[in-house]
Amino acid sequence: MANNEFDVIIIGGGITGAGTQRDCAMRGLKTLLIERSDIATGATGRNHGLLHSGARYAVNDPESAEECIRENMILRRIASHCIDETDGLFISLPEDDLSYQQTFVEACRKAGISAEIIDPQLAKRLEPMVNPDLTGAVKVPDGSVDPFRLCAANMLDARLHGGQVRLHTTVTGFIREGDTITGVHTRNLNTGQEQDFFAPVTVNACGIWGHDIAALAGVNVGMFPAKGALLVFAHRVNNMVINRCRKPSNADILVPGDTVCIIGTTSTRIPFEECDGVSVTPDEVTLLITEGAKMAPSLSSTRILRAYAGVRPLVSADDDPSGRNISRGIVCLDHEERDGLKGFITITGGKLMTYRLMAEIATDTVCRKLNIDKVCSTAVTPLPGSGEPSYEEVARKIWEKPSTAQKAAAARLGNNAARLRTRNRLDEALVCECEEVSVGEVNDAIDHLEATTLTDLRRRTRIGMGTCQGEFCACRAAGLLAKAHGCIERERDDLKAFLQERWKGNFPIGWGDTLREAEYTQWVYKHVLGI
Amino acid sequence: MKLQEYTQSSHNFEECMKCTVCTAYCPVLQVNPLYPGPKQAGPDGERLRLKDPFFFNYALKYCLNCKRCEVACPSGVKVADLIQAARIKYDTSPVKWRDRMLASTDFMGHLARPFAPVVNGVTGLGITKTMMDAMFKIDRRRTFPKYSAYSFESWMGRHEKEQAAFAEQVAYFHGCYVNYNYPRLGRHLVKVLNALGVGVQLLEKEKCCGIAMITNGMKAEATLHANHNIVALSKAVDKGLMVLTTSSTCTLTLRDEYPSLLGVDNSGVRDFIMMASRYICERIEKGAELHFKPGFHKNVAYHTPCHMEKLGWGVFSERLLKMIPGVEFTMLDDACCGIAGTYGFKRENYEASQAIGEPLFNQIKAVNPDVVACDCETCKWQIEMSTGYQVMNPISILAEAII
Repeated sequence: MANNEFDVIIIGGGITGAGTQRDCAMRGLKTLLIERSDIATGATGRNHGLLHSGARYAVNDPESAEECIRENMILRRIASHCIDETDGLFISLPEDDLSYQQTFVEACRKAGISAEIIDPQLAKRLEPMVNPDLTGAVKVPDGSVDPFRLCAANMLDARLHGGQVRLHTTVTGFIREGDTITGVHTRNLNTGQEQDFFAPVTVNACGIWGHDIAALAGVNVGMFPAKGALLVFAHRVNNMVINRCRKPSNADILVPGDTVCIIGTTSTRIPFEECDGVSVTPDEVTLLITEGAKMAPSLSSTRILRAYAGVRPLVSADDDPSGRNISRGIVCLDHEERDGLKGFITITGGKLMTYRLMAEIATDTVCRKLNIDKVCSTAVTPLPGSGEPSYEEVARKIWEKPSTAQKAAAARLGNNAARLRTRNRLDEALVCECEEVSVGEVNDAIDHLEATTLTDLRRRTRIGMGTCQGEFCACRAAGLLAKAHGCIERERDDLKAFLQERWKGNFPIGWGDTLREAEYTQWVYKHVLGI
Repeated sequence: MKLQEYTQSSHNFEECMKCTVCTAYCPVLQVNPLYPGPKQAGPDGERLRLKDPFFFNYALKYCLNCKRCEVACPSGVKVADLIQAARIKYDTSPVKWRDRMLASTDFMGHLARPFAPVVNGVTGLGITKTMMDAMFKIDRRRTFPKYSAYSFESWMGRHEKEQAAFAEQVAYFHGCYVNYNYPRLGRHLVKVLNALGVGVQLLEKEKCCGIAMITNGMKAEATLHANHNIVALSKAVDKGLMVLTTSSTCTLTLRDEYPSLLGVDNSGVRDFIMMASRYICERIEKGAELHFKPGFHKNVAYHTPCHMEKLGWGVFSERLLKMIPGVEFTMLDDACCGIAGTYGFKRENYEASQAIGEPLFNQIKAVNPDVVACDCETCKWQIEMSTGYQVMNPISILAEAII
């Protein structure tokens, strides 16, 4: 097989694409993944990071609920270093109908989700930040999941199984032979280099952008872009996921994720043209704070770090203008059966945490087309970095007396943190002080995790995600990138773009401490560093 | 509910702008690379600790609680409180016997004082220091404070009647040092206040303020002391008395550490607790007169203790000393002496402690004063041991200068 020939080409470097590449590669296929930007840039990295128990869907969408709880339990086993087993509460407030609780719990049980009605007093003890006026509470096995780590771990495993990845590369067109897609034309957006790749099957795993990719292939996938806005608070207010026990609505999930907590979401239909540059409106910010403070009152006085929005890749089924009632279920389209176009599959819909199942369904279809009879093993094979029961044990195995940065690295990288062990004193110096990221960890991301820009580094290491939003770490990390690439000019532009992107998220909530900090950052970069 | 009503977060640590001024001002960081520094140990570390106590860093024990980070912080973040609170909450290792002994100044004073001449002789012996070093890791190079042959409380008992004769009255929180080690400072205060026409009375059984217990992880014991003291202080305040002090650290503890680190409400008494130097300075500035000895002359170099800096009251001691005819005044540079209460007594901290104090010691030697003035007893031990210069409380210097 020639260098540019593969068994399967996957377009899209989100969690679905990464998971599909892993599954295909583990079943012995020669795979190529093409992503026009970086890993997890779309909806994968723009959500709550909620490891659904499925309870949220139990009443209205039992099929999704069952998928969720199954995948929830699988991810705890195979991706332990990406998961925080926080558990979750579904709380009823005085304004909510408490009788819904019974319907809810019954639906959960039917879907196989353990849902335990607990005394509101006990709920307050388990989660002291919950609204003390709550009238009811149900405990469910929710959790939180780090989408960037999960995505990176899947890609890493695909690579260990021979998979190839082309980041910052866009598909400019499809190569056809009659009614069969046989390959793709691509262009590297950094170098401008154009290249063709060939494979008997191509998988469209582009989320909402799958609509455009399908159109490029000449088929129509009726997608439904639904924007969801979220707010990040500067520290972990709650240690359990808090949901409202009512029909799913706006801003009713509060998720503790790493050092922060996230409230969301909204749901607004937007035109396709806006998918690339979604921003958060003042109305959305007000709604998120107001509703958030109902679940955890202290949010009303907690510093907000940023606002961001993602676009759900829902497949439209009816004329529901909000998108709430559309099934969040998985859609796998074999365009040969559907449109008579051979060698092309679209995998979409679903959720972050059902990615593995989506990948399994897509890979089954690929294998059927290639006449390969291999069983999926992704549900039982731990991802690279996973395996130890806790990051405490990982840290203690690697370092005798782990520093806070080493503990944090173990929490982020799992077993793979062992790669940082042999580094020298300079490597222990900190790049990011808020999230405790060392020089060694940043260099590791450049060397092993294909980070080429500051934003890439942010997704892999959490630099720039802490309270200072890049104030101190951005220039330090830029120095390391410039050294790695041997180019200062390119890195200076990257630094500007990174700071601009950080400000974009600060802008909608630009008041109080966040504004002070942003002003200070501006002063440091403009007047001290002259950038 | 008002949402995001205040422009600043009510979670104090979130107000940190990462400007890093605190880190630049930290005396420990300059001599001990193992310490993460106040910003990282305080507001930065707090976010991680809230995620999981596993992220607590034992290097936080190197913080000497000087509070210079809080004085430096332009955003009003209680950096040192965050660090001390984290140590109290997350350091689950049992308190060492050595730390327990060092922290129980009240109890040790009570035991040792009746045998003062013997104890003083024994603690000065090389063999004792070597044994203490070997058994308890109390550094052998350290000089121990001497115990007094009588307690200040017993002296006050003998002078109760004559003090009660003054029409105007104040209460005095003397602290362990004045009671067990150096009653003369208490007597100096009584002399000065009497000269101003003010009588002095004791609180109804004060206990050690508990600062050494707080910094050595003995929160429960410290809270008992605090609750006891609040009752004693309240009784004095209810009688309409101001409560004066001569130790800056005791003062800071009673006023600020009780609520912020122990959660003990002191709102009823806080505003009535005051350093004697401030009280006297303000009285004189309002017209009260003292009669000074003619021909008094002293070259005085004043060292502002870190906790005096935090109180913001160093200026009163400075003004008071400058009022004394014949005092040649030098203000020493803003620096920590390195002892920080029990911190410098521990063998693992001795080198750091002396290195922190070195610039101050060098300056004192260069100024070559007759006496160093300072409102803190542990600074006094440190400076006397490290420079050989005598250190006096400003109140004692004033007492010497008046007729």
